[in-house]
Amino acid sequence: MASAKDSSVQFNWKQFLNAFGPLFGLMLVIALFSLSPELRPVFFTGGNAKLILTQTVIVATGALGMTLIIVSGGIDLSAGSVVALSSVVAGNLLIQDFHPATAILLTILAGGCIGAINGSIIAGFRMVPFIVTLGMMGIARGAAKWMANNQTVNPEENPLNRIMEPVNPLALWPLPLGVWITMILALLMIVVMKYSVFGRYVFAIGSNEDTARLCGIRVRFNKIMIYTLAGFFFGLAGLMQYSRLTQGDPTVAIGLELEIIAAVVIGGASLSGGSGSISGTILGALIMGVLKSGSSQMNWPTYMQEIIIGIVIILAVGLDKWRHGRQT
Amino acid sequence: MTRAAPKRLEMIGVQKRFGATHALRGVSFEVGPSEIHTLIGENGAGKSTLMKVLSGVHAPDEGRILLDGKAFKPSNPHHARLAGIAMIYQELNLAPDLSIVENITLGDEPGRWGWRDTKKQRSSALEALEKLDHASLPLDKPVRQLSIAEQQIVEIARALIRQPKVLIMDEPTSSLTQVDVQNLFRVIGLLRDSGVSVVYISHFLEECQQISDRFTVLRDGASVGTGDMKQVELQDIIRMMVGREMRDIYPRRQHTIGDPLLELDKLAGKRKPRSVTIQLRKGEIYGIAGLVGAGRTETLRACFGLDRVASGRIAIHGKENTHAIPRQRLDQGIGLLSENRKEEGLLLNRDLADNLTLTRFSAFARMGFIPRSIQLKTAQKWIDKLKVKTRSPSQSISELSGGNQQKIAIGRLLHHDAEIFLLDEPTRGIDIGSKAQIYSLISELAIQGKAILFVSSYLPELLGICDTIGVMYRGEIKASRPASEWTEHNLISVAVGQSEDQTAPATHGQC
Repeated sequence: MASAKDSSVQFNWKQFLNAFGPLFGLMLVIALFSLSPELRPVFFTGGNAKLILTQTVIVATGALGMTLIIVSGGIDLSAGSVVALSSVVAGNLLIQDFHPATAILLTILAGGCIGAINGSIIAGFRMVPFIVTLGMMGIARGAAKWMANNQTVNPEENPLNRIMEPVNPLALWPLPLGVWITMILALLMIVVMKYSVFGRYVFAIGSNEDTARLCGIRVRFNKIMIYTLAGFFFGLAGLMQYSRLTQGDPTVAIGLELEIIAAVVIGGASLSGGSGSISGTILGALIMGVLKSGSSQMNWPTYMQEIIIGIVIILAVGLDKWRHGRQT
Repeated sequence: MTRAAPKRLEMIGVQKRFGATHALRGVSFEVGPSEIHTLIGENGAGKSTLMKVLSGVHAPDEGRILLDGKAFKPSNPHHARLAGIAMIYQELNLAPDLSIVENITLGDEPGRWGWRDTKKQRSSALEALEKLDHASLPLDKPVRQLSIAEQQIVEIARALIRQPKVLIMDEPTSSLTQVDVQNLFRVIGLLRDSGVSVVYISHFLEECQQISDRFTVLRDGASVGTGDMKQVELQDIIRMMVGREMRDIYPRRQHTIGDPLLELDKLAGKRKPRSVTIQLRKGEIYGIAGLVGAGRTETLRACFGLDRVASGRIAIHGKENTHAIPRQRLDQGIGLLSENRKEEGLLLNRDLADNLTLTRFSAFARMGFIPRSIQLKTAQKWIDKLKVKTRSPSQSISELSGGNQQKIAIGRLLHHDAEIFLLDEPTRGIDIGSKAQIYSLISELAIQGKAILFVSSYLPELLGICDTIGVMYRGEIKASRPASEWTEHNLISVAVGQSEDQTAPATHGQC
């Protein structure tokens, strides 16, 4: 592993912040809620932890894909719509009596398809990701409503409904399957981002596309791969969304893309590309999950939550900027 | 030159520390009115820190600065500007879509209540340009449409509008052609004659010698020598800069030239180049001279597959292969060093190891995954070989000096094990020690039988290390022959499109 030979104080401090900034954020948020004596007994229970994890999973899964995109210097505004579309696709497939495994596969593929289309347009026509995915946001949402005839899709009882089911709501264990899936995928993505050639290329493209091209990286091909892979994650998030509501809902997850982007950004990624990490993203998603859960248990109105999360985003990015400003 | 007059600017024992780094260890120099004073020093010698102290970005820890005999302690750049210190940076700071007038008066628009007085704006812009003898520039044209040299004039005019006492210019000629450099020097001379003190920073010693009245040499953050330019030999300055004798930085080492590796036949791109015919042989260092804009960079880019080839042929190892993408070129053993280190050449926010190994992860990747320890070990090997000053291969490349960054960029081609090196201005903006090292590296490559296509605007280095030199003019190679048959004078004549005496046919002689 990397061994920093020189151990000047400044260097370590920086590394330390880079690695643990989001973790401190999470600990700080938890610590703040623990200040309230009436919240403490309810907040620190296994059941509540499970609830937070279950609520965070959809954002976190989407954020795994979004991290790829943002690190490569792009953005995907269609993520929320794709989640809704996939939830409808899952519902429709189950109504038509597809085998659950087939339904899972096709739902995830549907997300991947949208991603592939996004990526192809962005790479092929050199269009700005913001615009392309803004368009796709409308297209996917419309398609979802169309496929669902403008109403929710309610299949009969089936195994997919249980992916997100809290079997015993009062205890931490057993965790819902969806939480496990996301944890495993996150670990996998950490390795991919850090140690795979593809991962290095994602960072290289986000860091400087011209240099990437100069160094023989097939930028277009890799971009299509990035958006497609992210699409798979959005599809999976849609599947979880379906399972959470046990119905396909074309109007669900409105604005979810912004929550996903917020998680990635709180986790330390830069929207100009080239930096970010999966572990940061997951912590970012958890910070938002804890904030939401905590403030609703404090009986703060939703507008308070929204204001708080808004402040947290600005604070996180501001801190990041300040930290990087110190480096040079 | 008025030596007896009071000093315009004096720095006395200025020191500055950043944490553990002692960036300035005692700098003293003085500039009189109507004097062009050159600051010379290797990268990392402290020139830029010194300029930042002068322009109010950093406050000195020790020492004094006097402006017109009075203590000068700028608290920020704006304050320094008001006091009469104007700074022209290496990278131009213009708003490309605004017109010349708007750029010159930017931040200083004459007018009232936020409404600008366009007539006055125009006249004051014109006045500034007149002082520079460039009143003929199209005042309403967006700056984007001007040449780099013209943009620089606009930048200087902008500085003039605030009536500066001291004008600091940091490497103003690094992206100019010979002709534009001469024009710039004339402009700087006009400024001096109008009473402005000019502090001139440059890597090009010959230029410094031509333009300046006095000089100060910086080494390791301290001023080590100062004097009249007329009374000093370049060798002495170089000795002061590096602290050691550097008699010949161009190694002329014996190497044999073999069969053609890369042949360009009437190569043309979309706009540039128009017709380039070059035969690059094994073990050959082929230099391409020419003005900026002659199509030299575009030729390399077309070779490498970054730009599309419109017509003509490219043959590699005698086999025609005209159209390819960079990945294929890399696989064929061709490597390109970009002239634009910061914008294109390097991944500035990644570490050294990634930057070094990016084109050939396959050297150590297993099943698509990169064992980090082996990557770091590989990177360390190149860092040692190229004597890059760095803490570790996982350091971010943005923390390195220009010369060390360039070594990493070249190291990437070495790691790639390229056979044909397309080097675009490999020594631009780097210190003389790194330059010497790159020259000897290039000749070592030639000895190993690699082929090098070397684009440069700096004629002495082309004449110093190349076997063959071709001169480009308006997208074509106008003349090509052994370096020994060229002189600087001839090279410039061909580059500006004039006929030279006894023009030799464009054939290769044996070196």
